[in-house]
Amino acid sequence: MLNYDIVIVGGGPAGLAAAVSAKRNGVESILVLERDKELGGILNQCIHNGFGLHTFKEELTGPEYAGRFIDQLKEENIEYKLNTMVMDIAANKVVTAMNREEGMFEIQAKAIVLAMGCRERSRGALNIPGYRPAGIYSAGTAQRLVNMEGYMPGREVVILGSGDIGLIMARRMTLEGAKVKVVAELMPYSGGLKRNIVQCLDDYGIPLKLSHTVVDIEGKERVEAITIAEVGPDRRPVPGTEERYTCDTLLLSCGLIPENELSRSLGVDMSPITSGPLVNECLETNVEGVFACGNVLHVHDLVDFVSEEAGAAGKHAAEYVLNGAKHKESSAKDIPIVAVEGARYTVPKTINPDRMDEKHTVRFRVGDVYKNCYVSVYLNDERIIHKKRPVVAPGEMEEVVLKKEELAAFSNLSQITVKIEEA
Amino acid sequence: METRELICIGCPMGCPLKVEMNNGEVVSVSGNTCKRGDDYARKEVTNPTRIVTSSVIVEGGSLAAVSVKTRNDIPKGKIFDIMKDLKGVKVQAPVHIGDVIVSDVAGTGVDIIATKNVL
Repeated sequence: MLNYDIVIVGGGPAGLAAAVSAKRNGVESILVLERDKELGGILNQCIHNGFGLHTFKEELTGPEYAGRFIDQLKEENIEYKLNTMVMDIAANKVVTAMNREEGMFEIQAKAIVLAMGCRERSRGALNIPGYRPAGIYSAGTAQRLVNMEGYMPGREVVILGSGDIGLIMARRMTLEGAKVKVVAELMPYSGGLKRNIVQCLDDYGIPLKLSHTVVDIEGKERVEAITIAEVGPDRRPVPGTEERYTCDTLLLSCGLIPENELSRSLGVDMSPITSGPLVNECLETNVEGVFACGNVLHVHDLVDFVSEEAGAAGKHAAEYVLNGAKHKESSAKDIPIVAVEGARYTVPKTINPDRMDEKHTVRFRVGDVYKNCYVSVYLNDERIIHKKRPVVAPGEMEEVVLKKEELAAFSNLSQITVKIEEA
Repeated sequence: METRELICIGCPMGCPLKVEMNNGEVVSVSGNTCKRGDDYARKEVTNPTRIVTSSVIVEGGSLAAVSVKTRNDIPKGKIFDIMKDLKGVKVQAPVHIGDVIVSDVAGTGVDIIATKNVL
């Protein structure tokens, strides 16, 4: 059996940042396991720009951003294995993995960082009626084909879902000579970032139809036409609003799901809202010494925040290896953070006023679009943050910063509440 | 006085910007949370520009394609001329981040550079 202090599952942006951070915090023996043939994860196919403004103070493309972290990993001489699939993580921190060179093998770790990322919601999970011809792709699959493998999936395109990958692909397909006829979105608001609607749809005159969904797919061998219809407040199609678009391709950008099969079988407690692990402020799960970060924890909009979060997970994993369970010793108890009234969840789920850093950023998403509202934080019943926001939307992650001194000074603190209050 | 409302594309925050203009001259920019937003607003109402990213075929390397971008932003109206110039471009591996793939693309004076190492 191989032995490493920290095993990191996934060599995408989260795994890379966690590994570099763990090394810089004093742990020598680190192994990153990546199932693809190169490091960098999804960034390799995100060839558009806009990455890194927070982390590197300059605007990079996805591969460049990944390249910076891969360089850091190599400078730190951190070991990694490519083309390697993790099959199982046991509660005693034995990781079972396999690849073509070594076959099946086991690694005993002292700490584990879960950084497996997420995958796209598929047609099967969406209940779209119609035939099952060729020409239906998830937006991310199309992105990989166009950007990395040099294939064009189609010429006339309809896109369902206005998540960021769908918006980015609307532009990318247009630049490569395809005609993107429409982007349909089930919800009355876009799931993507505002800037992507501006620079991917508006720049190219691509219509975005909110509160619309696909009600029929025609074509037996290949997609021939897509029919979309408006949906009512109950999200059911409104008869008589159907519009038919002839096309050869349907792209689906309908949400991302954290990839947590390994976490579940390990016994990690999961959030039904994020489909990711429940973690404390150290990003540690209920399984001691197992940490989670990046899109496997909750789906992010910005890779910069993934790197920041993963850096923290790597640091805490290193502290766990160096100090053992002592890293958890605290004179205070873990305080639950509860998301209500518009706020859907928070990461972390608990915070310890004694153990936390001077400031801790709590990230969360809202469940609907709210205008001229306040993001509020309560310690028990006392409101300590009341931040005015012109608009908040489910597609854009929100944050509040908790201060250690404020939490520590509050006597009998039993609950922190995050909510949206309308003006 | 004329007002234009924009969404900043400088970073994923997407700040809502308000630009006050008088006879085509920018009088003031508000709503931005950093210098980038101010720059973007002034440019967007006078000479809108974009970074263009794409990928080109690479031969003899570990991957089929290498991602590329314009080194600097180019006038928005030139985007499709640049895409036309990139059609059919093939490069030989190895390619490194920052290598010039096409110089002075579509007469913009801006180079197309690689954004990925393909060895």
